[in-house]
Amino acid sequence: MSQRHVVQVFEQYQKARMQFVQTVADLANRPQNIELLQNAGKTADICFLYSLLARVSVYVCVQRFYKKAAAFVLRAVAKHSPELSQAVVACRGVDALVLCLEEFDPGVKEAAAWALGNIARHNAALSQSVVDAGAVPLLVLSLLEPEMALKRIAASTLSDISKHTPELAQTVVDTGAIAHLAQMILSPDTKLKRQVFAALTQISKHSVSLAEMVIEAEIFPAAMSCLRDPDEYVKKNVVTLMREVVKHTPELAQVIVNCGGLEAVIDYLGNCHGNVRLPGIMMLGYVAAHSESLAMAVIVSKGVPQLALCLSEESEDHIKAATVWSVGQIGHHTPEHAKAVTTANLLPKILELYMNASSSEDLQTKSKKALKSVLQKCTYLPSLEPLLYEAPSNILKHVVCQFSKVLPHDSKARRLFVTSGGLKKVQEIEAEPGSPLQEYINAINGCFPEEIVRYYSPGYSEALLERLDDYQPA
Amino acid sequence: MAELLKIKREFEEFQKEYYYTNREADENREKENQAVTQIQSWFRGCKVRAYLSHLHKKAIIIQKIWRGFTARARVRQMVKAAYFIMKMNFYEEMAVRIQRTWRGFFVRKYIHNFYARKKYMEGLVMKNELVRRELDQLEDLQKRERDCLDMVKEHTAKVYQAHRLHHLLSTKQCPGVFNSPFRPAPHEMELLLRQQVKYQAPTRLASRGKACLLGIPSSTSSSFPVTLGSPLIKTSRTYSSRPILPPIANKGLYGEAGEAWEQRLHCRELMLCLQTSYMHLEEAQNQLRELEPVRLRGTGSTLHHLSQSSSSFPHPAHTGKSFR
Repeated sequence: MSQRHVVQVFEQYQKARMQFVQTVADLANRPQNIELLQNAGKTADICFLYSLLARVSVYVCVQRFYKKAAAFVLRAVAKHSPELSQAVVACRGVDALVLCLEEFDPGVKEAAAWALGNIARHNAALSQSVVDAGAVPLLVLSLLEPEMALKRIAASTLSDISKHTPELAQTVVDTGAIAHLAQMILSPDTKLKRQVFAALTQISKHSVSLAEMVIEAEIFPAAMSCLRDPDEYVKKNVVTLMREVVKHTPELAQVIVNCGGLEAVIDYLGNCHGNVRLPGIMMLGYVAAHSESLAMAVIVSKGVPQLALCLSEESEDHIKAATVWSVGQIGHHTPEHAKAVTTANLLPKILELYMNASSSEDLQTKSKKALKSVLQKCTYLPSLEPLLYEAPSNILKHVVCQFSKVLPHDSKARRLFVTSGGLKKVQEIEAEPGSPLQEYINAINGCFPEEIVRYYSPGYSEALLERLDDYQPA
Repeated sequence: MAELLKIKREFEEFQKEYYYTNREADENREKENQAVTQIQSWFRGCKVRAYLSHLHKKAIIIQKIWRGFTARARVRQMVKAAYFIMKMNFYEEMAVRIQRTWRGFFVRKYIHNFYARKKYMEGLVMKNELVRRELDQLEDLQKRERDCLDMVKEHTAKVYQAHRLHHLLSTKQCPGVFNSPFRPAPHEMELLLRQQVKYQAPTRLASRGKACLLGIPSSTSSSFPVTLGSPLIKTSRTYSSRPILPPIANKGLYGEAGEAWEQRLHCRELMLCLQTSYMHLEEAQNQLRELEPVRLRGTGSTLHHLSQSSSSFPHPAHTGKSFR
């Protein structure tokens, strides 16, 4: 009798424990409850709570539901701040979660992986503690499981771990994650694709060798097909991956260009709007920045009209700044490139952004740099003329410099310059004697016969009329 | 003696001559000495001079020969050097030409190949176009797949709905909700309903009558062409295409040709107001019982194709009729 009584007591205790865990799991899902829980006891109490839960996960409990609930609690708690995650780590919760990852039940594994992801998300030290507990090989194994939700969570956790430092990314890569992630690119599930591309992005962003490893997995021609996925976050993640890979070296950029990546990205820019365009724009800029042949490749793929469209359609300053920067990278190599940029009528727009007082600082700096770099190579005079009229003096200096370089050699250009009123405008510019601007103006004036220069100088009609006053008919 | 004297005189004269000569000689000695000295010195000087000039000439000859020798050696050396330098210049110029040509070739071919770059750009444009077309096709394909799936889902939902709403089928007497008389052709829902109602009599025993009653909609359904050939409809069709026995000669499934018309005449209100009152079943039954002596055939198969359990129905009589 007493034995039964004792057994009953223990069963009651078990049930009570499970109920407690479940309730806390539900409560901990919301941030305000976390604070309430914290305020109800001191943090030490929370630690006790966690250690209790950790122990709960560790001890072999027949009911898998128990472990899942415990993992849910840890996940919900770790989501909110780094300190709480640190508390979880300190109470050996990470080891318990890693043990949960070895379970058979996919629900438990999913909950454990999610909790680890939440912990690793905050900073590098926490990720390091997750990796030190040996989570990474188990996560890679869970990638191979058939359940879609588990795969998603495993991919997202790997991406959270590898995003902080190159060493962590290297650890993830060493367990052979890239091959598995590459296989999952072609899966039909949208959310999985999002996570897979995000993971690959985080891995490849740190260094050249990691990016090369990602490319060697031969994802690229296949990943382009995901650029036409109906889900916009999948597309955005693919383009972000391309951007991170292209950033490192010209060879990597060349690989992507050779697969036809530029075309795909330009189509993507044409189809989407708003903030998601940013990685595409930056990718074009990085490609063009490496060498002039890559920049020419961007021009040939009709990147410049698309960027012009982005510049005119988007209203946010940071996107405009990125567009302006990309245009500068494309145009600053040779006169050919500068001509391509100017024929798309971009210079007046960039000038306007520079002069606009409501543009942010960043936008103004980038516009100025882009203008300067493109102007220094621009020899296509008809596009430079509008700038003569509107530019402020520091930009005007470059414009006039370009005129002074080109006019001495080209007679047709001189004629055009005179007839279009450019010479007149140049005469009207006031410059301090001895400044570079004055020298350029002198150089330009030297290209023309004196009478013409005098004719177009301001106040000439008055001077003529004064001569008329003194004239005595014979 | 004379000779002695002569000799003495001669001797004296000789002495005197000797003396005089010596005196002359003595007197001239100085002068002669000097003269002789002068002559001798001059002669010696001449001798020495001649010797010196001889030496001089010989020295000159030696030096001349020697200098010529060394100079010629030097010149030969210089000529050799100049020749060498000329050769080197020539070689260098030729080497420069070779290197120039090679470097131009190498740079133009392997480092900055303009034509390769041009071809690359053109190739890139073509590749881009190709990629775009492929991606478009892929996207099309995926979209069509998705559309197809959506359509199939929609259709399944409609079929399910039709299955649930099978009772809204229009009958010969009363057009159903989906078959308004103002429409040129029945609504698709109507057609679905017609295909849906597919039950066959599961057994011969109980309610064969029900089978007869319920056979009408299936005959009507089989007389309509199948609109959609999807596999879902097939199941209902196969279901409904279980062999229906052909009508016994002269008789329709439920009796003679004009029978239903006569029934209508008699129980008009029953036929027309199918579901307007919940008592209609009982009313119908009562009316039929009145009619029964008049007509042996059962009525209103159409009334009862919705049949609830018709326990009050005269079963044995009915089954008896159906065995005809």
